[in-house]
Amino acid sequence: MNDQAFTIDDHPVPFRRGESIMEAALLAGIYIPHLCFHPLLEPHGSCRLCTVEVNGKPLPACTTPAAAGLEVTNDTEALNQQRRTLLQLLFAEGNHCCPSCEKSGHCELQAMGYWLKMLDSPFPYLFPRRALDASHPAVLLDRDRCIFCERCVRASRELDGKEVFALAGRGLNTRLIVNSPSGRLGDSDLEASDHAARICPTGALLVRGEGFRTPIGKRPFDGKSLSETCLQRAAALLKEGKESER
Amino acid sequence: MEKAGGSSPEEQVTGILRRHGTDPSLLLPILQEVQKRFHRVPPRLEDAIAAHLSLPRSHVEGVVDFYHFLSHERRGEYDILLSNCIIDRFHGQQAIQQRLARELDTPPGRVRGDGRVSIGETSCTGLCDQGPAALVNGRAVPALDEHRVTQMVSLVESGVPLERWPEAMFRVDDNVCQPGPLLKSGLTPGEALNAALGGGPENLLQQLEQSGLRGRGGAGFPTGMKWRLCREAAGEHYLICNADEGEPGTFKDRELLRLHAHALFEGMTLGAWITGAEKGFLYLRGEYRFLREALERILDERRDCGLLGESICGVNGFRFDITIRMGAGAYICGEESALLESLEGNRPRPRNRPPYPITSGFRGKPTLVNNVETFVAAAFVALYGSSWLTSIGTDASPGSKLISISGDCARPGIYEFPFGTSVEEILEACGADSPMGVQVGGPSGSYITPQEFHRRLAFEDLSTGGSFMVFGRERDLLEIVENFTAFFAHESCGFCTPCRVGTAMQNRLLKRIRNGEETGAEALELLRQLRETMIGASHCGLGKSASNPVFDMLEKEPRVLSARATSRGRVR
Ligand SMILES: Cc1cc2nc3c(=O)[nH]c(=O)nc-3n(C[C@H](O)[C@H](O)[C@H](O)COP(=O)(O)O)c2cc1C
Ligand code: SF4
Ligand code: SF4
Ligand code: SF4
Ligand code: FES
Repeated sequence: MNDQAFTIDDHPVPFRRGESIMEAALLAGIYIPHLCFHPLLEPHGSCRLCTVEVNGKPLPACTTPAAAGLEVTNDTEALNQQRRTLLQLLFAEGNHCCPSCEKSGHCELQAMGYWLKMLDSPFPYLFPRRALDASHPAVLLDRDRCIFCERCVRASRELDGKEVFALAGRGLNTRLIVNSPSGRLGDSDLEASDHAARICPTGALLVRGEGFRTPIGKRPFDGKSLSETCLQRAAALLKEGKESER
Repeated sequence: MEKAGGSSPEEQVTGILRRHGTDPSLLLPILQEVQKRFHRVPPRLEDAIAAHLSLPRSHVEGVVDFYHFLSHERRGEYDILLSNCIIDRFHGQQAIQQRLARELDTPPGRVRGDGRVSIGETSCTGLCDQGPAALVNGRAVPALDEHRVTQMVSLVESGVPLERWPEAMFRVDDNVCQPGPLLKSGLTPGEALNAALGGGPENLLQQLEQSGLRGRGGAGFPTGMKWRLCREAAGEHYLICNADEGEPGTFKDRELLRLHAHALFEGMTLGAWITGAEKGFLYLRGEYRFLREALERILDERRDCGLLGESICGVNGFRFDITIRMGAGAYICGEESALLESLEGNRPRPRNRPPYPITSGFRGKPTLVNNVETFVAAAFVALYGSSWLTSIGTDASPGSKLISISGDCARPGIYEFPFGTSVEEILEACGADSPMGVQVGGPSGSYITPQEFHRRLAFEDLSTGGSFMVFGRERDLLEIVENFTAFFAHESCGFCTPCRVGTAMQNRLLKRIRNGEETGAEALELLRQLRETMIGASHCGLGKSASNPVFDMLEKEPRVLSARATSRGRVR
């Protein structure tokens, strides 16, 4: 029963008990930028792209429960500027070269760049050295493009019933590690059909042999905006999730 | 190399594991013991540890990799870590470090070829009143001077085990310069408990509420209310004393743990009585390992006289005990929800809140978390009543506050002031002669210039967990701020984007400004942009306050930056 509502940028948004601001927004067709959030996963709250103002207080929409009467501000220049800064920091932190990246056009990070009209990063690029893992016959791990959203970590645990990925290190030395005796993907029990192998928002995890199946120009984010595609996908998954809960 | 006592590393680890049992929340104590034995956590032993605790191997690896005092890479048999707190810096840490490196032929950050020694840095060790200080295999060695360096070098070269180093090298002074009501009060073990038991729990809660006692760990949450809310939460309860004291320049809990341990444990036991917790933890920062033995002894004494354990003070069903758990070099573990994660054996990243620990803390159960000073003050309120606190201080901040003063003054050490005392009065007391400024509350706090010396110590004006650093006129503010930004970059847990990348960017920009590689205007704009994003979007207090020192400098002493920019110009 949609018996309660709150507002996002003055639009009334219905919600059910237990839904986050993010879920309620997406189901109501309102886009709140996000990278670490995924409709099938437990909310996480690490990318901070979804930061909105809730009764004037900045909070992540993905981990904040919806409640009746909340006044949420989302699509403002100030918040989008903050999101642009976060995105610039993510681009400066890793090594991203979109023109030569298989994920281009499928990539949520790249699409977010277009969506937020980010043209460059004024921050110094950090050019980290991170190990590439090509040991798995069907999945490639290119850590240069990892943004530590832990979607793969959560998907492996929550959806695949495995524990293939984890984070190690701290601060800027945070790194994605693989749960296998050698630490290599090839020695883990990851399969290409796992959710974990397919849920990465960037080109850090790529299923091999599929990269160019959809030609450039016809990819999900080519020509279509991130918000449009995300809303369609998320609403479908969220509804599916709700159905299966019944 | 890893052999000791003839048995293989695998056998030795099996011994350690057997002693600790299979509770995965004991991962950190197990890893600390392994690190001590092998000077690292050998990756090939991680499988055995993981299997024993039924954890994924990657979980163990992720935890080892987080803490500064644990490592996969082998460290020297003597692992020397110098405190790089700005106060230790100003007391000559770098020269000492260079000298050690030269005489031991060991470049900082490396292990010497023969595996004997390694030299590195670590965040503030809480000995700024007697620095520069180092940790040798985790044991604090204060007051490093040329003589002590020479001594250390010869002890290392001749392979004298740490236990046989002269005791004097490890002597940490109390440095209590100005005691007040809290430091002067005393209690005979059990006195506060018996007083409270007589009046009943509601009476104690009311005394605490009337006293206006607020948390001394920094945030200032009303203690009486916290205890009441936690008491009202349903289910099994836990209790934790936060002795992580990691904010650079803070060392007042160090002295409370030495001088008032009974009062502390009495305060914790009172908290247990109110909330019904049967298990308590003292989470002690790794740097304070030298305090542990004495604390364990006092816990034993209290068990012996029926003040811990079963039927405390003869009251049927009043059951409580305290376990000491050590940190391992991570400032973020002072944040209460990260501390909980650390206690549970996970990577210590702050939790999403709500729920708060009072309803969902250790293992998801209601948990009372308070600072050392808070528990001590609570014990005295129980003993002497609320007026013990309300007779001094201000209306919004009753009582007194322990302050640890370090830096450019005649008498660094521990001071106790009533809330409402001005910076001026504090400077007078510690013998600081017209300083350039003071940093109140550590790097996360605020920089106070002479124009603001009339401001007062109080929750409603200048709030501090206890750090008070004095900077003389000869100091370089830019160096101070760069040091603070390096601290945050080193200590960021890395969970959220704004802090993980933002703290590193801040530090990089400050370095470039200091080196004359960046002009004022452009860098300023970026720093402002970072600040807004870090405050607005960070997940926890670390990221939200990490830009304070930069901003304070920009706002209060803008000339520092512009002078640097124009004198050097831009070099690319
Ligand atoms: C980054 C960070 C570090 C902290 N470090 C400490 C600490 O070292 N000691 C402490 O008592 N509280 C620390 N706190 C505050 C704790 O989260 C918590 O508020 C406090 O322990 C509650 O006790 P109190 O109410 O007695 O002050 C820290 C908070 C943050 C955000
Ligand atoms: S992962 Fe995305 S943003 Fe990074 S290079 Fe590939 S397409 Fe570009
Ligand atoms: S590999 Fe992809 S999904 Fe996994 S943490 Fe990195 S960016 Fe996120
Ligand atoms: S603000 Fe910093 S310390 Fe806090 S969660 Fe984010 S990265 Fe970790
Ligand atoms: S989507 Fe909410 S923090 Fe990432």
